[in-house]
Amino acid sequence: MQKKDIGLATLVITVGAIVAMVNPRFLSPINLANTANLIGLFGLFSIAEAFVIVTAGIELSIGSVIALLGVIFVDLIASFGVPWPMALAVVLVLSVFIGLLHGWLITRLKLQPFVVTLCGLLIYRGVARFYTNDGTAGFTFGSNFPTLEFLVSGRTAGVPHSVIAFALVAVVAWFLLHRTVFGRHLFAVGKNVEAARYSGINTDRVIIQAYVLCAFLTGISAVFFAMYTRSVQPSSHGNFYELYGIAAAVLGGFSLRGGEGSIVGVVLGVILLQVLQNLVNLLGIPSSLNFAVMGSVILAGVIADTQFSRYREARRQQIAMSALEDSAKR
Amino acid sequence: MTQQAGKHISIELAGITKVYPGAIALNDIAMSIRGGEVVGLIGENGAGKSTLMKIISGAVAPDEGRIVIDGQEASHLTPAGVNQLGIALVHQELNPFSNLDVTANVLLGREMRHGFFGFLDQAAMQEKVAPILEMLGTRFGPRDAVSELSLADQQLLEIARALSINLRLLILDEPTSSLTLSETNRLLEVIRKLRADGVAVLFITHRLAEIADVADRVVVLRDGRNAGELSRSEIDKDTMVRMMIGRDVSQFYEKSDNVAGKPVLEIKALRTSTYPHQSLDLCLRAGEITCLAGLVGAGRTELARAIFGIDRIEGGSIEMDGQPLPGNSVPAAIAAGICLVPEDRKGEGLFLDFAVMENIAMPSHAALARRGFVDAGAVTGLAEESRKKLQIKASGLNRAVAELSGGNQQKVVLAKWLAMNPKLIILDEPTRGIDVGAKAEVYHLMQELAGQGVAILMISSDMEEVIGISDRVAVMCRGRISGILSRTELTEENILRLAVE
Repeated sequence: MQKKDIGLATLVITVGAIVAMVNPRFLSPINLANTANLIGLFGLFSIAEAFVIVTAGIELSIGSVIALLGVIFVDLIASFGVPWPMALAVVLVLSVFIGLLHGWLITRLKLQPFVVTLCGLLIYRGVARFYTNDGTAGFTFGSNFPTLEFLVSGRTAGVPHSVIAFALVAVVAWFLLHRTVFGRHLFAVGKNVEAARYSGINTDRVIIQAYVLCAFLTGISAVFFAMYTRSVQPSSHGNFYELYGIAAAVLGGFSLRGGEGSIVGVVLGVILLQVLQNLVNLLGIPSSLNFAVMGSVILAGVIADTQFSRYREARRQQIAMSALEDSAKR
Repeated sequence: MTQQAGKHISIELAGITKVYPGAIALNDIAMSIRGGEVVGLIGENGAGKSTLMKIISGAVAPDEGRIVIDGQEASHLTPAGVNQLGIALVHQELNPFSNLDVTANVLLGREMRHGFFGFLDQAAMQEKVAPILEMLGTRFGPRDAVSELSLADQQLLEIARALSINLRLLILDEPTSSLTLSETNRLLEVIRKLRADGVAVLFITHRLAEIADVADRVVVLRDGRNAGELSRSEIDKDTMVRMMIGRDVSQFYEKSDNVAGKPVLEIKALRTSTYPHQSLDLCLRAGEITCLAGLVGAGRTELARAIFGIDRIEGGSIEMDGQPLPGNSVPAAIAAGICLVPEDRKGEGLFLDFAVMENIAMPSHAALARRGFVDAGAVTGLAEESRKKLQIKASGLNRAVAELSGGNQQKVVLAKWLAMNPKLIILDEPTRGIDVGAKAEVYHLMQELAGQGVAILMISSDMEEVIGISDRVAVMCRGRISGILSRTELTEENILRLAVE
């Protein structure tokens, strides 16, 4: 664990403790399970976003992709009677295709990630709304899919399956980012793309892989959300989720300039954001202030972080200076 | 303008010390300069000239020492405050705002306004800029777009910018490095004119002839310390060189008696994307140090980039050991045993915030890994071995490369390639900005590698270095190889003649 992660974990525990003291209902099994479920759902695409941010990129279309793929998933099953494993496969193939498209536009046509994914945000949302005629895509009354529902929204020993999925993805992501050559190359490309090229790294391929990975995880996340809400209202489903993912990654120590961050950090970031949301509900703060609370905490965290690194710089300088004075005395 | 200048400036610096993590930039420096004199500031790359300049111009604060300007101690210098005092700095690296015109660049931050709404007073601004340009004898006018100016003209633009304040001290950082002879002469003329007007000029250059031509006094820095001063009558080239490097030049370079072996790299009719109409032929042999000489912009770096697969080639072939390279890409070049130490060390050679260890292992990760997982033990082993072999001075292999001195950073770049057991190493300006000791180590390493049968291609603009170390020199001029000189033919005149052909 990096120092930053320890700081963040302390913050999560402190906030949790304060909420628990003010309102003991925070620790009730129902509340914990609900909060955990949300952490799992939001965590999946936050990790997805982190893989793109570490390459100094950005993915703004996550919310729209969740809406579009959610609509397609529900509609394939409800209107076309496609078996759900088939529908899942279609959604995942589509998500990989979206990732490839973004990666291709960014590396081959040299478009800026912000522009590409902003256009994606608008296009996918629009297509989703057109597809359903701005109506809601939902399952027909009385239909149920026991296996799918158990897998995606069920619980084992009281633990929501979204949390288990999130934990599995987080562990795999941790190994991928921090222990594999691919992970090193992601950091290298994000920190200095020129030096990465000069080191023989196929930078275009690494960047495309990051966008594909991001889109694939978003596709999984889309299925979880579709089954969580059971019906997809394409004009509002997944709104602002990309910003939520970016916020979690930034809180978790990812720099938007790329080349920095840890999976432990983004996991803690997701937890903190959900606990904060829970705090707003439990402490009787008007829920309209939800975003304001979240924004203030992120801002405070980022300010604390930059102040801390300035202090570190100054200390480095001081050490160098005193070393010089010592050598002068000798 | 200079005519309105107040009283002559006088600056005293005493005990100036500036420390960066991992490097002492300046150690107890003293110097002074007064209105109406031209002082040359010389020293090797990394001697501390730039840092000293940044301190005088307020861009960097010293850790210790006193700066006295006009008899008043100046404690907190800022770039804006320094401008108020009549001090202006012309940077070596030019970065004008190419989206603005000449007038806007010259008066940037000091725009004139008129009227109630404070709109820009274009006419008054141009009126102010025009006479300055006239005095400098520029070929461009106040309304011209900066994006279309040549490097030399951009240099003059920067000087015009300096002259547009109430100038009392002008600091020029290697202003002539991109100028032609006639442009240089015009600039020296301007310097003399400013001196006659009572302006102090601090002139930093590597071209010692210019110093001898125009300076009243020379201050020499070496490894961040004062290495002495020369008055007008004492200025001569050999003395300056000796003071700069602290020993005689002849001891500095070692020539080995390596015998050139079989051809390693053969380039046939290669056309680079920068000069698509020139075709290049070159053969590099095992154990031979070949140098690419030529002026800036002759296409040397572009050739290196093409061989290494960074730039797409337009035609021709590159063969390693008689086999054509499979594809024109960096991974293919590395697989064939080619590596490149780039000119821009910080931008292209290193990940400054990453650990020394991580930098050394970057190209080797794939080879060291087990089933795609990073082998931490092997990475540490490799880094430790490189540190011993190249004597990299770092307080720990986990420290960021940014904390190392220039010379040690260059050793890290070299280390990451030596781990790949290359057959050909291309070094682009390998000793730029590193201190004398590290320079000698780099030369020694090159000789050692050549002795082991590695082919070496070095790009260098430092004549002494070119003549001192190479077995063979290929001179480039406007995209083509204008001649190849063997060791016996190596003289500065021969190289220059081919370079400007």
